[in-house]
Amino acid sequence: MTELAWISNAISTARPQAMGALLRYFRDLDAAEEAFQDACLRALKNWPKNGPPRDPAAWLIFVGRNSGIDAVRKRSKQAPLPEEDQISDLEDAESDIAERLDGAHYRDDILRLLFICCHPDLPATQQIAVALRIVSGITVKQIARAFLVGESAMEQRITRAKARIADAGVPFETPGAVERSERLAAVAAMVYLIFNEGYSTNSGEAPARAPLCEEAIRLARLLLRLFQTEPEIMGLTALLLLQHARASARFDENGEIVLLEDQDRTLWSRKMIDEGLALVDKALRHQQPGPYQVQAAIAALHARAERPEDTDWTEIDLLYSLLEQMQPSPVITLNRAVAVAKVRGPEAALAMIEPLGERLSGYFHFFGLKGGLLMQLGRGEEARVAFDRAIALANTAAEAAHIRMHIDRLIKDGAAKAAAKTAR
Amino acid sequence: MLYAILCYASEDVVCSWSKEQDDEVMANLLNVQEKYAQAGRLGPVARLLPTTAATTLRKVKGESVVIDGPFAETKEQFLGFYTLECADLDEAVEFARELSEVNPSGGSYEIRPVSVYNPARVPA
Repeated sequence: MTELAWISNAISTARPQAMGALLRYFRDLDAAEEAFQDACLRALKNWPKNGPPRDPAAWLIFVGRNSGIDAVRKRSKQAPLPEEDQISDLEDAESDIAERLDGAHYRDDILRLLFICCHPDLPATQQIAVALRIVSGITVKQIARAFLVGESAMEQRITRAKARIADAGVPFETPGAVERSERLAAVAAMVYLIFNEGYSTNSGEAPARAPLCEEAIRLARLLLRLFQTEPEIMGLTALLLLQHARASARFDENGEIVLLEDQDRTLWSRKMIDEGLALVDKALRHQQPGPYQVQAAIAALHARAERPEDTDWTEIDLLYSLLEQMQPSPVITLNRAVAVAKVRGPEAALAMIEPLGERLSGYFHFFGLKGGLLMQLGRGEEARVAFDRAIALANTAAEAAHIRMHIDRLIKDGAAKAAAKTAR
Repeated sequence: MLYAILCYASEDVVCSWSKEQDDEVMANLLNVQEKYAQAGRLGPVARLLPTTAATTLRKVKGESVVIDGPFAETKEQFLGFYTLECADLDEAVEFARELSEVNPSGGSYEIRPVSVYNPARVPA
């Protein structure tokens, strides 16, 4: 790795902690960001010369705080800045500051930094964009690319979101246990949103969006390190790892979506699966089930199956019914129906999803599954109607192409039947 | 005499490597190992998953307690490691329990899934 790569790595790793601490000092997002930027510039100058600091986060916090205070002084008195060398003798300062950094604060600092991005007034996409900018330090250009919008539009979106956050005021008091767990839940939901933003995509967009999945995993791991004994955070991290493990098997060479059962399982990332399975095992020992753990357990059953026919659908059906109780939602019932179709057949699954028709009348996957079940039952005409509806609702070209494949098969079957009839 | 070389590094930094960076580091490390392997001097090599995937079994007043994460304080040293094929965490905990029962030192066994495993090429 080059020196520059090493430095940028160390800076991005230290960023959440350093930004969190600077936000606590300055109580203002812009001031904290400015101070952090300044500290990074100095790091680029100083680190190659003096070698990497023992604790990059402590270094950046110390230097950022000094420079932020200078900036405030400069604004108030218009006094000239002291010479760079006089600001701080960093060699000595570093060992000193490392001790003085309040270790107990740092967990709440990072949580606060993430939590202010989850402001309930902000739409989900803005929460995500602002978190990626502030917490992860991803450039506006990169975020814009991931969201498939122009750079200036994204810049505006982020600026507006930050103004909203500033208006709302940042909660600086140290949170109590209940507040802390509420914050953690909000932050976990946002991390999952970031992941889904990167995951639900088609192949043309996949390379631009994959970094969102990786960033979500990085944030989940960060949360897990801060809250090592939280089973839901283990579940969340496991869920993301187990889903992302399949990334390279999800699209074929033509960019068409490959269903779970048709995926080449040798392309799944063993490393991510192993870590995910380990975390699921750990979480389940706590016997405090939650939605992330249950979803991770479902993903784990898929990951453990060497071949599609080895999948434990009975257990998956059971886990989905548990999830339905925790978070009643037609989409979860729809997912459960997939397992029910495997265990009890297409008729039972169809009966289960029929009542959802009204609430899911605009949902692509509802009509995709319905069409598939009808096709299995040999009700071709009705299947065709459902598939047509699905195509009209498809979100991506890959989804539409996949349904078209089913329709082609229906047409072929129909033609074959007609031909058989004529032959007779 | 066979030596165990225990690698310590900042997990935060290592976990922030991109897949490409990680692959590069691993390839370089493998290069270094290769000549020792050729000379028949390299024993089993294992890279462990992050400590967030770790579980610790610890004896507290004679009772074995399973806790999340590694035992963080450095009063105890890492003394060696076993590798065992397990279907799930329970089997691994059971193995550690059996070890701990015959171990009078009263220490702890950190149970950590192995990420990369290069089988031994040195004769036992």
